[in-house]
Amino acid sequence: MAEKTVGKPIKRTEDPRLIQGLAHYVDDIRLPDTLHAVFLRSIYAHARIKSIDTTAAQKLPGVVAVYTGKDVAKIGPVPCAAALPDLKVPDHRALASTKVYFVGHPVAVVVAESKSAARDAVDLIEVDYQELPVALDEEKAADAKSPVIHEQFGTNVAYKLTAGEGDIEAALKSADQVIKQRILHKRLAPIAMETRGVLARYYPGEQELTLWTSTQIPHLCRTQVAIMLGMPENKLRLITPEVGGGFGSKLNVYAEEALMGWISMQLNRPVKWIEGRRENMQATIHGRGQTGYIEIGFKKDGTLTGLRYNVFADMGSYFQLLTPAIPTLTGLMLSGCYKIPAIQINVTGVFTNKMSTDAYRGAGRPEATYVVERALDLVAAELKKDPVEVRRKNFPQPNEFPFKTATGLFYDSGNYQGALDKALKMADYTKLRQDQQTARKEGRLMGIGVSTYVEICALGPSAAMPAGGWESATVRVEPTGKVTVLTGASPHGQGEETSFAQIAADELGVGVNDVTVIHGDTAIVQYGIGTFGSRGLAVGGTAVYLAIQKLKDKAGKIAAHLLQVDASTISFAEGKFTSSAAAGKQITIQEVTLAAHVAKSLPEDMEPGLAATSFFEPKNFTFPFGTHIAVVEINKETGEIDFQRYVAVDDCGKQINPMLVEGQIHGGIVQSMGQALYEEVVYDDQGQLITGTLMDYALPKAIMIPHLELGSTETPSPVNPLGAKGVGEAGTIGATPAIVSAIVDALAPYGVRHLDMPLKPEVLWQIINKKSAGAA
Amino acid sequence: MIPASFDYIAAKSLDEAISLLATHKDDAKILAGGHSLLPAMKLRLMQPKVLIDLGRIKELSYIKEEAGQLRIGAMTTHFQVETSDLLRRVCPLLPETATQLGDMQVRNKGTIGGSVAHSDPAADWPAAILALDAEIVATSARGDRVIKATSFFVEMLTTALEPGEILREIRIPGGKGKSGQAYVKVRHPASGFAVVGVAVNLAADGGKCQSAGVGITGVSPKAYRAANVESGLKGNALDAKTLSAAAAHAADGVDINSDLYASAEYRKQLATVYTRRALEIAASRLK
Ligand SMILES: Cc1cc2nc3c(=O)[nH]c(=O)nc-3n(C[C@H](O)[C@H](O)[C@H](O)COP(=O)(O)OP(=O)(O)OC[C@H]3O[C@@H](n4cnc5c(N)ncnc54)[C@H](O)[C@@H]3O)c2cc1C
Repeated sequence: MAEKTVGKPIKRTEDPRLIQGLAHYVDDIRLPDTLHAVFLRSIYAHARIKSIDTTAAQKLPGVVAVYTGKDVAKIGPVPCAAALPDLKVPDHRALASTKVYFVGHPVAVVVAESKSAARDAVDLIEVDYQELPVALDEEKAADAKSPVIHEQFGTNVAYKLTAGEGDIEAALKSADQVIKQRILHKRLAPIAMETRGVLARYYPGEQELTLWTSTQIPHLCRTQVAIMLGMPENKLRLITPEVGGGFGSKLNVYAEEALMGWISMQLNRPVKWIEGRRENMQATIHGRGQTGYIEIGFKKDGTLTGLRYNVFADMGSYFQLLTPAIPTLTGLMLSGCYKIPAIQINVTGVFTNKMSTDAYRGAGRPEATYVVERALDLVAAELKKDPVEVRRKNFPQPNEFPFKTATGLFYDSGNYQGALDKALKMADYTKLRQDQQTARKEGRLMGIGVSTYVEICALGPSAAMPAGGWESATVRVEPTGKVTVLTGASPHGQGEETSFAQIAADELGVGVNDVTVIHGDTAIVQYGIGTFGSRGLAVGGTAVYLAIQKLKDKAGKIAAHLLQVDASTISFAEGKFTSSAAAGKQITIQEVTLAAHVAKSLPEDMEPGLAATSFFEPKNFTFPFGTHIAVVEINKETGEIDFQRYVAVDDCGKQINPMLVEGQIHGGIVQSMGQALYEEVVYDDQGQLITGTLMDYALPKAIMIPHLELGSTETPSPVNPLGAKGVGEAGTIGATPAIVSAIVDALAPYGVRHLDMPLKPEVLWQIINKKSAGAA
Repeated sequence: MIPASFDYIAAKSLDEAISLLATHKDDAKILAGGHSLLPAMKLRLMQPKVLIDLGRIKELSYIKEEAGQLRIGAMTTHFQVETSDLLRRVCPLLPETATQLGDMQVRNKGTIGGSVAHSDPAADWPAAILALDAEIVATSARGDRVIKATSFFVEMLTTALEPGEILREIRIPGGKGKSGQAYVKVRHPASGFAVVGVAVNLAADGGKCQSAGVGITGVSPKAYRAANVESGLKGNALDAKTLSAAAAHAADGVDINSDLYASAEYRKQLATVYTRRALEIAASRLK
């Protein structure tokens, strides 16, 4: 009998192959006769293409074909799945034809026998551009005087949307005070360690196209690429081999995916494109990108009355899969973990001459949490109250769940006080505040930041999703008793091969190593949705669990038949079926499985085999929550930030594997630190990408990260039988406001109440320096 | 990220490398650790037709004492400098600099000669080389030529090496009396290169500063010796006030770099603060 593993921090079964370099990413898949594709991308942010001359490129030895926009006009538009009222949707084609809209916009693709021949030929393509004025800042681009990107619309405003409930005007009027604050969420680059990449192979005889692509959504991508190529979906097989991270950037359907398929169909040879890091910075989606205005109304005792958020959301020049939908997620989460009777968001989605924005870890929710948490800090500062007190004052109580927000959500379960209290205790908050008093007396700049967050996970009920929010699983017990799990979720670093195996192993009484989890091949795995929105375990894992229940039900009937007892008397534990009607008799799951396969003695009318499939449709989202506390000291001479403590208590519901949970929290906090302190995609005033390499765009490295002290509480979700909520994005949502808050708090003696990210040392030094100089 | 095509020749000896360089002239580039050259080639900022690899030439990789000097072969890796017992004993500034350079992979492949020959304005070695009053030995068909570090770094990515010359060795004069050294650095959060890097080599006798070498990198288009800092120290007692007053001259007379991370104004402040810190550490090590 195998030991139970659910709830235990067992090591990830996928790690040995990753650590030893034995895993297979797209670029590791080598097919004979493969051609290589390299793109010519626009060097201008906005220009008319007067002519393109590919003659010299075509003549270069080794070059097989050069395609421009007019050659690929038959490929359908790059899809956008977001449906919003009066949405202006630009016609987004695989290659630019008459105009380029951003630096990195693909203009031509060269296909050659070698990568270097393709790359050399790119330099021989002559494009005659007529430069056009650019629109870059989302707020200014919305202005009627701005240069217009898509002439057919006559404006850069892609859509306007108002959401929220309650009478916001009345709520703000009834407040004792209203605070307003402009707030920036800079563009960030997701930077998956593996860049994008596609290998396409067409078999003309079978009329079968196989695409190996680095995506988070194999099935949805297959459907969309088949539509773009006008081919039957079931003639397209899409395989995601190992995927080296996505962070939302591969929750998409990209032009390059369809193009590679199309090219291999033209040339009847395999063709491969591996994105370079510079391309990745230019032409893989960016995240965030909002300029917003907060208005928060509150009573003298700190009770919140209403929150309005007017936001200009930077779309980039085109829509990718979910571009315009991301700010709507911001709107959904504007209640934070507080009772706010009236909430309104007014979104203006704006086209700019930049790469599209889309989902990046947290996708719209980090923006919401940041807005709410900054607002609460402003309220606390104004009322001269402890920020913890103001938060506590507005929490719903544990018995108020499911809790309805003025954004139309029902929070499933929560105990916000519990997580807060635990974090305060771990950090010894009272003592920290005393230390801060001492530090201030000594002229040191110590700051403490607290953020209490809630997020929306386990996306989601299909009614609220553009393309279905369920997930699928098939569980088979093979004749030898080994268990195969086919999941429609598509893990790419999260460790679901381990956590799903734990669920299956415990449920069936086998060892984790007896279970193989297969995903990411549309020819093998039943249709599924994918991995994003912290849904893998809560939705995909639940489907696995439910499939196993069906399977056990069948196995139980076979067991009863073999034990010659009534099926109602059968129970299953630790891999064995026993019967209350036949004391001492038992039969193992392996014996039942063999019987099911050899099929010599089965109950009448029962089909042979032992496999079951489940499509789990969640009734609600889940709402993980927690408290993060950051403690910093800022060097007065240089503005450099020293983290003294970082404490996080996260509640993601039931934990299947605490080590995976910790890993996700670690990664999330680190990405948060990146956003808070370092990261920013910078375009200059001509729309040139200044942070175009990792020499300029600062990703946090291990040495830049302080020790993280993690704790957790476990409030099960009633939404699924696992009680799991999801943890993939929590860190990026909870940490950013805590870090900013700590730094702002450290600078409070200089009258600082808010600063925009990234909080570079120079920014802090300028504040300290100016104020000190002024005082002197 | 795909380099232009090139030929690759692994030289078996220094003489062969010299003659290959003489044959291929401007078409050729010397390949040492490749950690500056190959990234530049992948971005097509450099497109040499021939690479002459020094990697197999054992005679270029050593750290030894000779003729009252420390001598380091050009192909000695950052890692070898970092872990050299000899250097830790007699010139700890070099290992201290190496530990702060790049990451483990970079230190395992990159070479001190390659870095000095490349002369990146934010590289770490030039600061140390300058502070130590080192000499650089260039060799060619014409024989050896010894160049003072102070005249070696000409401008950004340009050195006093002439066409056909290979950097063969770095020589560091033996110390006189007690010395105190230190290297401190502000790492750029993206590249890890120096926003400011300050190397200090002090010698003192009877409580007074006998000699001071202060090399600064990252601050201006080329690494430099901070002459006004040095003159503020020489002959004086190395107390806190002296160190701080001297450090205030860290960026005197140089064009100060400005980028997304640090404006010229802020960089100057960092140079001042980090020079003071380096001086304090070095002075404390004199004891
Ligand atoms: C990720 C990363 C991080 C880094 N971080 C840092 C850092 O923090 N600080 C730092 O200082 N450096 C850093 N570097 C650069 C690293 O130190 C390089 O190794 C070094 O600058 C060049 O040495 P190399 O041996 O790799 O030379 P190569 O790249 O092989 O050559 C560099 C140049 O010098 C020429 N050259 C090389 N050897 C000779 C010779 N003997 N004679 C004449 N010409 C020669 C070559 O032709 C070429 O033009 C980093 C590099 C990388 C990739």
